Amino acid sequence: MGVLRSYRLRLERKRRLWRAFRKRRELDRVADRTAQIREGDILLFSTLRNERVRLDYFLDYYRGLGVNHFLMVDNASDDGSAEYLASQPDVSLWHTAHSYKRARFGMDWLTWLMRRHAHGHWAVTVDVDEFLVYPFCDTRPLRALTDWLDASSIRSFSAMILDMYPKGPVNEAAYTAGQDPFEVACWFDSGNYTIQRNAKYGNLWIQGGPRARMFFTERPERAPALNKVPLVKWHRSYAYVSSTHTLLPRGLNLVYDEWGGEKASGCLLHAKFLGMLKEKAEEELERRQHYANSFEYRVYRQRLSDNPDFWNRWSEKYINWRQLEILGLMSRGNWA
Amino acid sequence: MKVGFVMLVHEALDRAQQVARHWARQGAPVVIHVDRRVAAADFQRLKDALSDLEQVRFARRFRCEWGTWSLVQASQAGSELMLETFPEVTHVYLASGSCLPLRPLSDLEAYLAAHPGIDFIESVTTEDVPWTVGGLDQERFTLRFPFSWKRHRRLFDGYVRLQRRLGLRRRIPEGLTPHLGSQWWCLTRETLTAILTDPRRSEFDRYFAKVWIPDEGYYQTLARLHSRQIESRSLTLSKFDFQGKPHIFYDDHLQLLRRSDCFVARKIWPHAHRLYDAFLDPSNAIMTGAEPNPGKIDRVFAKAVERRTRGRPGLYMQSRFPNPGWENGKTCAPYSVFEGFAELFEDFEEWLARLTGARVHGHLYAPERAEFTGRQPIYTGGLSDNAKLRDYNPQAFLTSLIWNTRGEHQAFQFGPRDNQTIGEFFATDSNAQVWVITGAWAVPLFRSRRDFAELRKEAARLQKIEAAHLDVLRSPHRKARVRIWTMADFVEAPMEPLQAIVDEIGARGAKRLTEVPRMVDLTGFGSFLQRLKNAGMKPHLMGDFPVGDGAGAGSRTPSPRPNAAGMR
Repeated sequence: MGVLRSYRLRLERKRRLWRAFRKRRELDRVADRTAQIREGDILLFSTLRNERVRLDYFLDYYRGLGVNHFLMVDNASDDGSAEYLASQPDVSLWHTAHSYKRARFGMDWLTWLMRRHAHGHWAVTVDVDEFLVYPFCDTRPLRALTDWLDASSIRSFSAMILDMYPKGPVNEAAYTAGQDPFEVACWFDSGNYTIQRNAKYGNLWIQGGPRARMFFTERPERAPALNKVPLVKWHRSYAYVSSTHTLLPRGLNLVYDEWGGEKASGCLLHAKFLGMLKEKAEEELERRQHYANSFEYRVYRQRLSDNPDFWNRWSEKYINWRQLEILGLMSRGNWA
Repeated sequence: MKVGFVMLVHEALDRAQQVARHWARQGAPVVIHVDRRVAAADFQRLKDALSDLEQVRFARRFRCEWGTWSLVQASQAGSELMLETFPEVTHVYLASGSCLPLRPLSDLEAYLAAHPGIDFIESVTTEDVPWTVGGLDQERFTLRFPFSWKRHRRLFDGYVRLQRRLGLRRRIPEGLTPHLGSQWWCLTRETLTAILTDPRRSEFDRYFAKVWIPDEGYYQTLARLHSRQIESRSLTLSKFDFQGKPHIFYDDHLQLLRRSDCFVARKIWPHAHRLYDAFLDPSNAIMTGAEPNPGKIDRVFAKAVERRTRGRPGLYMQSRFPNPGWENGKTCAPYSVFEGFAELFEDFEEWLARLTGARVHGHLYAPERAEFTGRQPIYTGGLSDNAKLRDYNPQAFLTSLIWNTRGEHQAFQFGPRDNQTIGEFFATDSNAQVWVITGAWAVPLFRSRRDFAELRKEAARLQKIEAAHLDVLRSPHRKARVRIWTMADFVEAPMEPLQAIVDEIGARGAKRLTEVPRMVDLTGFGSFLQRLKNAGMKPHLMGDFPVGDGAGAGSRTPSPRPNAAGMR
């Protein structure tokens, strides 16, 4: 890579950090327990709006993996999410009523919080409907992974989004608070993904899965990106570029091997396709706060009124991470 | 028979303390070297925690850095203290703070008693060492390494390059033959004493102080001078990955470790509670007397290295996306492409599936949709038959299909009407077998009732496309196995190629063909080609079809040979 391009990316990174710095004023502290954070703690960062029903399981899941502290931004929920989070002993909560879209879909807020609190820590950045699965996650806590990554001098860990769906019409898949969402939505597509390399940032751009198959047959190029790098040994000079798909500096995006080998990677099980999606889609459309003029949500509303069924006879039922590895969706790499 | 343990400790002091206590409680003297970089308070805590044990001593502390002489100094200091303080010790076992004893001490002592006078130290000449970090093996002993590899990598590499360029070499002390091996050994008192009290020790120390990673070479080389008998293996189970970094053991390795029958394993993850609880539990002290057998663990870790360096062929995913040429198999399994067969035979797909057991698709790259077998709208892995989705990344479509159907043989039809971008991909894929009947695309045109002017135009278009595709198939970069017949040749003698196809794909034992696919009625095909010619086009890919209508040849009974009778 030329000096000029490298310098441009540097400027871009600085610009994002500067944006995050300016946006810091949009955040009001609700519950600040960051004084509890100890050296070596694993932190989790998330932005949310009206996700009360998901929060019990979400927090329990990540606590179970060994996340020590949650740093969350509540974007003006009115369903009790904020009150619930503020009462949790391991959650620090900020509130904002400002535009999600103009904060680069919440990333400016998180970038600021990460700059302040995540330096030197392993940081998980996920939405509340994303559940990290990594090699040996059934027998080894997240710290085993981060210790191994540290020992291997690896700074970032890839986990592709895996859209999970129920059998039968989505709108009829009822979910109750505290329930494991993958009891309801336990199916996924195992082998219909496409990958392109992004020359500018060096990351892979992965698309496909049930959303592409059901909603984006006319415009496959607009299907959502599924590549994510949600686990990073954070440094205050790092910045996510777009959601957690891409990072700067660019070396953090090199989570794949180019010479035939496999690096270790995981999956983010995505519990989006549950009964509440239809209401959510309508609400989100009204707010017009999503990526690409909410193209995705417009498609959802249009198609969800048909009450689609993602399931087909080739759908795979989720068992565990080993299954995902055998199917080639993730890899242990040389972690044994 | 008494073993003393020298432990080199630099982190996870609690675990080191537990292990030291475990050994001391069974009567073994333990000397601990704590890295000088460990904070004084932590060191003191460790000392206090072990103060009740008479058998545990602390050696003079050195500041240790990986790959440097300081690690040898630490083990020398520990060994000297051990030999001085505990005259009853007959063997010294060098261990680290992240080692875990897997078998009771008495088992180890019985094993050593059964091998009297033997030094267990892996010691291999540099020519025979497969593991090397940074490509340095012999040069470890002949270059100088004043710069830290961990902290000043560039200086380190630069100085190595400079010395190579200038041809600078150090002289290896007289009488030494450099040997390398695991730094975890178990030496007899005689050998270790001889090494530490060698009259030339200061000369050797000066030399090794500037050798790269001397803790893997110092004792391994000097033992060759002093040992009566070397058993060149370590009693410590310790595996390294492709970067020379030790593999780590976790709770889920419990059964593997149990069955390995090794005496000591490293490195253990400090938070592997189940491992520490299980192996340090005094009630767990069952003597087996078995010979260490790390074979199964070796395989697990060898597979991990293989996965990291070579990966699974034909797999494209988030953490494996090889550069062109580095795929180690562009697809994951053999598959077959048929061009012109479905046009020439009415029931080719069914026939092929029946005879070979392969999964036979139609035109997967047809402009309308992907014609999966049985014309299913969705196929394995969730692949959609939607043409736009497929054409968004035709290559991923094929590699996914082949990956998703591992264990089956896939076959599909291809022709000039189809999306051509995939042609170059399979032509350069060694897993592809391509069978081509050139010009057979004209048969559907011949049988259609479309307007002739339109047909002529379409024929010209398809011929041009197929000609370009044939160039790709014949290019020197081709890796696929390609067989090409002109339609005329094929129709003349179809049995041989059909037999060859079934022999190649069929897993059911090569047999004589008992049934053949039904060839379409070609009566009038010759005159159809003549009409195209008359209209100014030159249909050349079909080969030499007899001109003139109803001439017999090139029609229903194409071959004078009896096998044509087989055409139902």
